[in-house]
Amino acid sequence: MAEPAFKPGAAVRVRDLPVKGHMRTPAYVRGRRGWVERLHGAFPNPERLAYGADGLPAVPLYLVRFPQSELWSGYGSAGDSLVLDIFEHWLEPAEV
Amino acid sequence: MAMRAMHDMGGLPAGPVERDEHDPSHAERRVDALMNLLRARGLFNVDEMRRTIESLPPEIYERHDYYERWLYTIERLLIEKGVLTAQEIEARLAADG
Repeated sequence: MAEPAFKPGAAVRVRDLPVKGHMRTPAYVRGRRGWVERLHGAFPNPERLAYGADGLPAVPLYLVRFPQSELWSGYGSAGDSLVLDIFEHWLEPAEV
Repeated sequence: MAMRAMHDMGGLPAGPVERDEHDPSHAERRVDALMNLLRARGLFNVDEMRRTIESLPPEIYERHDYYERWLYTIERLLIEKGVLTAQEIEARLAADG
């Protein structure tokens, strides 16, 4: 597996890649900022598996925590957060 | 605003979540069994299944329920993989009248 680009605690922003075919990054999180909780490991890319390919090389998959206030304007409870599994090619470094 | 596919509904305005449960019908159980058997046979993987269900024509996706979408997806994948032809499926449906 390739060396993971992000370490736990890293601030990341979800890339707004064009929608085509199958992807597992929901629209509401694209362009939003979160923090890497942990690395799950590396897994075959589902966007390639979806067309019958082997999905290799495996892509690092992270658990990313998003404050709800980063996702929804006017969200009321400051301490609430959401965690999502996001593949590495959807992430870029973010400013804190 | 991010582009979103038809099924990607998170955060869109919606009414209250319908929480009523129902026991699966016999037909729904059969669709579930068929999907699982075809996947167990290695005919397609879960991501191919998802890609297919997410690319159903909107008029089909919007108007049908969970297992009906699965049934359309199975039909499309069987045709895509060359197991059946659309003509064979139509002929059998016509014969069953």
